[in-house]
Amino acid sequence: MAQAPVVEGFFDPSIPALVGTRCTDCATVFFPAERSWCRNPRCASSTFDEITLSTTGTIWSFTDAQYAPPAPYVAADPYVPFAIVAVELADEGIVVLGQAADGVTVADLEVGGRVELVVETLYADADGDKLVWRWRPVREA
Amino acid sequence: MSSKHSVAVIGAGMHPWGKWGRNFVEYGVVAARAALEDAGIAWTDVDFVAGADTIRNGYPGFIAGATFAQALGWSGARVSSSYAACASGVQAIASARAQILAGLSEVALVVGADTTPKGFFKPVGGDRPDDPDWLRFHVLGATNPTYFGLYAQRRKSVYGATDEDFAQIKVKNAAAGVHNPYARYRKEVTIDEVLSSPMVANPLRLLEICATSDGGAAVVLCSVEYAKRKGIANPVTIDGISTVTPTFPNAVIEMPNFATDSWSTVAPNDLTFRASIAHAAYEEAGISPSDVSLAEVYDLSSALELDWYEDIGLCAVGEAEQLLRSGATTLGGRVPVNPSGGLSSFGEAIPAQAIAQVAECTWQLRGQADGHQVEGAKVAVTANQGLFGHGSSVVLSR
Repeated sequence: MAQAPVVEGFFDPSIPALVGTRCTDCATVFFPAERSWCRNPRCASSTFDEITLSTTGTIWSFTDAQYAPPAPYVAADPYVPFAIVAVELADEGIVVLGQAADGVTVADLEVGGRVELVVETLYADADGDKLVWRWRPVREA
Repeated sequence: MSSKHSVAVIGAGMHPWGKWGRNFVEYGVVAARAALEDAGIAWTDVDFVAGADTIRNGYPGFIAGATFAQALGWSGARVSSSYAACASGVQAIASARAQILAGLSEVALVVGADTTPKGFFKPVGGDRPDDPDWLRFHVLGATNPTYFGLYAQRRKSVYGATDEDFAQIKVKNAAAGVHNPYARYRKEVTIDEVLSSPMVANPLRLLEICATSDGGAAVVLCSVEYAKRKGIANPVTIDGISTVTPTFPNAVIEMPNFATDSWSTVAPNDLTFRASIAHAAYEEAGISPSDVSLAEVYDLSSALELDWYEDIGLCAVGEAEQLLRSGATTLGGRVPVNPSGGLSSFGEAIPAQAIAQVAECTWQLRGQADGHQVEGAKVAVTANQGLFGHGSSVVLSR
């Protein structure tokens, strides 16, 4: 079965890591990638380097979706609730959303806890698996 | 408190909120006629109509100013139509105020109304991978309550908010809404009922998340001089309006975004975007939060009302739970918040909601809020925030 990211340009499943850009002038990081004009209001640059973002971070907050989100979300049938995590990436100075990994519930999450990026299947259609990035708590050694 | 930048609110009207399922134009016209009657102004005296748009009702919704003007009977009045997500209503009010202060309009009518679908708000249809509002549903399954849940959990973890605090907001607002004839939900609820309602977006439960409603609201604005000529010696005035946008980097995750701006190279502003909204209105009105008698804030969720306490300056950051528990924000307290019942009792009718906040404040300042009146109200503030960097705040006084 073919596998492809559910959205173009947001992550590279082969690493896996989120893909962003860094302004070549002011060094501001953008996720999702900004490729047109720098959005720092005091920077007029329009050139960017593509970068991958940190693959671990700390939980800024979390919640879940106890009811199936409406289309264009493709919900499993029967629906299985999932958790959503807002993750702070310290090096980039950014908070990024993502679903929690399969099987992770809010009971497994705490603000300030460490998570790592994984790639899992969001849904499958006739073309194959649609992949998405997710966050999984890091098991402390 | 009024200054040379003030305009008078001489009329306010609403169509009751509900799930009526009729054309939004009908709600707008009912609200507009009520506001005109309240003002004692003939429709044909209005020279400017500012409509707040709805994006879920086709072309008439995108050109709301003209839609309402036509429905009231073409009179040659000039029109404007504003869309600014949840702040659309105040953007329309700001547009009317600017016309009046510039001397281009004598008396203006501002109208917003909406007919909403059942369930979660969802993006406009079609396959649109370039639209972050579409993508967040498709890629993350992130609904509006997702963001409310994130904020609520953050309050629990950082400031020690409890599920009971959140439920108490709903209990407080429901108790006030019982007395508001325009509210959709007019029934008291208990903490237990809130805490036993189904979980939607942890830690928020069904009764803590604002519904989507049909409704309409309108206000009639004019110059203070015009009001006096009409024999209204001491009108309610709008003394400050804020429709500010965020400053870069916006370090708080907000609908419909996947991420915050990065603060790695530029430090965030001392004021978060949400706090900057009311701050700008206070500054324009030349008052401080301690002058405020009552506030109408956007309680899209129970927990979000606590964030607003801090963002409109009623208390310091981290002290909202304490303020709630003290009873200060309950009717009869020092500074009641959402004496109308808030979104908790209304549900959200997007383009009408920010206008409804101003209408409620107008009635409060006139002493006409029967059953939910804030005694001796002198200064009122509204605050709201919506998608894509929109927010609004209005300071009124009498």
